[in-house]
Amino acid sequence: MCPAKATSVKQSATSDPWWTRFVLISIALAFLCAFLILPLLLVFSQALAEGISAYFRALKDPDAIAAIKLTLLVAMAAVPLNTLFGIAVAWSVAKFHFPGKGLVVTIIDLPLSVSPVISGLIYMLLFGAQGYIGPWLIEHNIRIIFALPGIILVTLFVTVPYVARELIPLMQEQGSEEEEAALLLGAGGWRTFFQITLPNIKWGLLYGVIQCNARAMGEFGAVSVVSGHIRGKTNTLPLQVEILYNEYSFAAAFAVASLLAFLALVTLVVKQFIEWQARRREDRAQQEHQA
Amino acid sequence: MAVHSGVRGLVGAIILILGCANFTMAVEMLNVSYDPTREFYEAFNKAFIADWKAKTGETVIINQSHGGSGKQARSVIDGLEADVVTLALAYDIDAIAAKTQWMPPDWQKRLPNNSCPYTSTIVFLVRKGNPKLIKDWGDLVKPGIEVIMPNPKTSGGARWIYLAAWAFAREKFTGDEQKIRAFMAVLFKNVPVLDSGARGSTTTFVQRGIGDVLLTWENEAFLAMEKMKGSPMEIAVPSFSIRAEPPVALIEKMAEKHTTQALAKAYLDHLYSDTGQELAARYFYRPSSPAIAAKHADRFVNVKMCTIDGDFGGWAQAQKIHFDDGGTFDQLYQPGK
Repeated sequence: MCPAKATSVKQSATSDPWWTRFVLISIALAFLCAFLILPLLLVFSQALAEGISAYFRALKDPDAIAAIKLTLLVAMAAVPLNTLFGIAVAWSVAKFHFPGKGLVVTIIDLPLSVSPVISGLIYMLLFGAQGYIGPWLIEHNIRIIFALPGIILVTLFVTVPYVARELIPLMQEQGSEEEEAALLLGAGGWRTFFQITLPNIKWGLLYGVIQCNARAMGEFGAVSVVSGHIRGKTNTLPLQVEILYNEYSFAAAFAVASLLAFLALVTLVVKQFIEWQARRREDRAQQEHQA
Repeated sequence: MAVHSGVRGLVGAIILILGCANFTMAVEMLNVSYDPTREFYEAFNKAFIADWKAKTGETVIINQSHGGSGKQARSVIDGLEADVVTLALAYDIDAIAAKTQWMPPDWQKRLPNNSCPYTSTIVFLVRKGNPKLIKDWGDLVKPGIEVIMPNPKTSGGARWIYLAAWAFAREKFTGDEQKIRAFMAVLFKNVPVLDSGARGSTTTFVQRGIGDVLLTWENEAFLAMEKMKGSPMEIAVPSFSIRAEPPVALIEKMAEKHTTQALAKAYLDHLYSDTGQELAARYFYRPSSPAIAAKHADRFVNVKMCTIDGDFGGWAQAQKIHFDDGGTFDQLYQPGK
């Protein structure tokens, strides 16, 4: 091993020979290319297979526009609600002691470990015509399953963990000293929240929100169960992709899919930006500490 | 925990608002259908809307939902508020009638021709030039032949296919149950994937290029050939097949609830009109009207067919013997072996 290199800080962390590193990195990169980047590029190339005008024609189709609108509407309902819920839960878990706290934290993770199809079926059992309150709902002409409310409900269910999971460790780590100080100095609850808590958690919160949003817009399984697949009415973007694919409109299917792929890319970029911000803040704090 | 109840209240309020927002002024009805009818009903709905407008001056919206026939029936039972259903087989509509009481059990007697405005049959779709020489059911059990078909548990089309194969074997082996079962078992050994619906199987065969032969509805085979001119295929009609009867029905309770009875009834009647029958033929369904069927006789090969009522004692019996849990399909199909 080259002695000059061994003195650098990063180098000293590993003593593996260069070829081990080379092979490992190559395998990792090849894997990434084959299973992540290549399929993503394929989505875009298939979407443009019939030309740019066909691409935009596919996106301007009334059913596609309805799917885009529905997806945005569902995300606009589910994401803010789960953001509020996430903050509330993280706040109570991190700042207070109460019996069953461990249980709460575990239950929040439930939607991540349960198959989305089951999430859909749960609501079917509850609100379906043969379900517990389904007959009453039909009688009163309230539609939940196979309509917008059902789609929002299952989306809420599958996206519950994202904000809360991001915030709980963050808020636990920060403790409640700063809030206590603010309260002692005479600040009210809301003021403490907006001037102390929120600035402290803002990057974690944003991170949770974009992850929540990506899942809300991309969810297929759970939504598929409660959607009813009524064209132009209850099909979200992922369902519309499947329908187009099954109708031999492959270019149109991938054109709609490219919207979701694009959303994923934006999510990644925002995520990177947030991580960069968080690192910068940490470095600054460290420098201040040293000074 | 005040925030919690606040959030819950908000959720409740939103559900209520959205629930009520479903009331709309324009008259709408919903047709819940099975997989391969997408193109046909798109064209038929346009024709019907124009016809209804000319007759009544009323502009209506027909909503469509498509999927595997069994799955669609389940959705209707679970509360997908269909005014009419147009499914792949009578058994799925029987299930709706039995589980919901939203329609009379003898629904199939209310419209002509067993409530089937159009019929179809099961044919083979093979690669151009038929390189593996697959011409009849007997060719499907030869070694090295890959057969693509959907899953009889979820797909109506697949149940027709299964019964057609069974009827062929019954005739060939003159009713020897052991030999029929052996034939079916070998046939399923040649099936590498069972998709959940007819359309899924078509994409497996056509788009992904898997398999030597696709067993499917005649209308689906024609449509795949028309849509996918890029991948050359041809239809092989076996010596013997089944008369596939996809029925239509009014879900009375739902039409009553939506006050769409007259509209929904006219919609189903229109399927039997000359316009409806012409469109059915245009989308490769065999019309029930003898006059229109004769006009398109060149399109549909005359093939010897068995029927569900004549040869299998009706759907209730066929379903029980072959497709319910523990039925012959479960006994004969062993994936991965």
